[in-house]
Amino acid sequence: MKLQSILRRLLGVIPTLLITWTVVFGAMRLVPGDPVLLMLQGTPVSDEAMAAARVKLGVDRPIVVQYVGFLANAVRGDFGDSFRSRQPVTSLIAAEFPYTMQLAVGGLLIGVVLGVVLGVVAGVRSGGWIDTLCMTAALAGLSLPSFWIAMLLIQVFATELGWVPVLGTGLNALILPSISLGLFIAGGLARLTRNSIIDVMQQDYIRTAHAKGLPAFLVVAKHAMRNAMIPPLTFLGIQFAVLIGGAVVTETVFARPGIGRLLVQAVLEKDFPVVQGVVALTTAAYVLINVLIDIAYSIIDPRVQS
Amino acid sequence: MSAAPARGPGVLSRMLGSPGALIGCVVLVAILGMAAFAPLLAPYDWNATSQCRRLAAMSPEHWFGCDLFGRDIASRVMGGARYSLAMGVSTVVISLVFGATLGVCIGYAGGRVDRVGARLIDAMLCFPPIILAILIVAVLGVGLWNAALAVGISGIPRFARITRSATLSLASRDFVEAARAIGSSNLRVVLRHLLPSLAPILIVMATLDLGTAVLFTATLSFLGLGAQPPTPEWGAMLNAGREFVRYAPWTMVFPGLALFLTVMAVNLVGDRLSAVLDPRQRVR
Repeated sequence: MKLQSILRRLLGVIPTLLITWTVVFGAMRLVPGDPVLLMLQGTPVSDEAMAAARVKLGVDRPIVVQYVGFLANAVRGDFGDSFRSRQPVTSLIAAEFPYTMQLAVGGLLIGVVLGVVLGVVAGVRSGGWIDTLCMTAALAGLSLPSFWIAMLLIQVFATELGWVPVLGTGLNALILPSISLGLFIAGGLARLTRNSIIDVMQQDYIRTAHAKGLPAFLVVAKHAMRNAMIPPLTFLGIQFAVLIGGAVVTETVFARPGIGRLLVQAVLEKDFPVVQGVVALTTAAYVLINVLIDIAYSIIDPRVQS
Repeated sequence: MSAAPARGPGVLSRMLGSPGALIGCVVLVAILGMAAFAPLLAPYDWNATSQCRRLAAMSPEHWFGCDLFGRDIASRVMGGARYSLAMGVSTVVISLVFGATLGVCIGYAGGRVDRVGARLIDAMLCFPPIILAILIVAVLGVGLWNAALAVGISGIPRFARITRSATLSLASRDFVEAARAIGSSNLRVVLRHLLPSLAPILIVMATLDLGTAVLFTATLSFLGLGAQPPTPEWGAMLNAGREFVRYAPWTMVFPGLALFLTVMAVNLVGDRLSAVLDPRQRVR
């Protein structure tokens, strides 16, 4: 019974992926200009070489055949070769993935710690000046341009104080990017956590916990937090899914390798196979993670029914 | 007619009842004024080079210092308000007009149209927003208005989904049934009855979206995918200042501060507006 509903949800991913990948395929065909000329990037070649390149790219075939070919290859993880480096797109993405993953984890960690603290404090003290202060800070986190805060962090902590390196891929170099990413996540998370805590604090079992003489700290930590964390967890799941696609801005400012930077570079250089591959894979990861979150809920919380 | 229910104290006075929203409104009006009167307010022509020494520091003549080409940064920040706000507003208009129209149409049509439409909207929402915007820029090409268009298009599914579900709950209400019963055309029902009832939701959504839109379009410009030099757009200015942060931090401090204040002000106003107009939200 349960297994069946999990399977049904996983199968539901297929039509969604089909639509998104069709959009990606369609978008890439809307790009003005001849893909072969884009691939050759102005290098003068003979007509025969052009024709050969056309056959190799498959653009000489009817659009329907190209579409089916794209889907068939995409399912096997083959998105063609980069126009620039001539390497398979999939291996380019695989090379960048670990860096993106490190940053995603770092950003989430900072976001969770800051966001939960702000949210819980505001929720428990709702209505007062502490609440207003925490929520203004959270809104500021959501309003800060991440590239600006990143540049400020670099200027202060790397250039002026010299506490951390500006560049590099070591653990030290992960601190500032994680903070600049984490502030935005903390902002959204704090707001959700606050509202969720306020809802939970009005429940009967909280009153019971208070009545039986449990210290206020334990009421919040043991009873309120555990029940209030479901909506914030969804938000975190979605943020994680977004970050898998690369923290485009953070990676660019800190000149870190990663999937986001790969994508921006590919757009600027008109390297369309890379754009197509990154967007298709990112969307797939996003869809899959969302379904997994849904499934995780129905297992963790029996009240959530499919 | 679908008159708005009595709200007690006016929306405006309740809006300004919170200190945060009041500050937000004041800042927003100041920034709008700055954008509107930028040519009169700016002490220098914002595109004129060699107004001062390259990367000159802040001084009484040049409050925010100068950039690499000797342009006055204060003037550029003022001029930039026009571009950044125009990009943000046009983005929201695109998402709102197309998203709301799509949402009302499929929600009101119901049946198979609604099922297919809802499925498509859900699928489009599976693109991480920035990735979808970058994909559209890749197709349209780099540029200020293309970036605004891209962010606008990527917001359409979000508006469509909320409008659709609001339409679904309205479509079965008595006043809509009555309008249909007396023979109103579908267009009339949508324009005269559904849209006025949807207005509060759409206003709240558009306001909440505006902050994100300004931030988002500036982000694309910062990445080099939006406004191009010498346009004094804030994101583009930050991108141009990147190389000299070490020697001339003012090239990035002030455009970024302007951007932050604008987005924060819009968010403060939007937050309060959603609390005042939407009874489901908790008024703080």
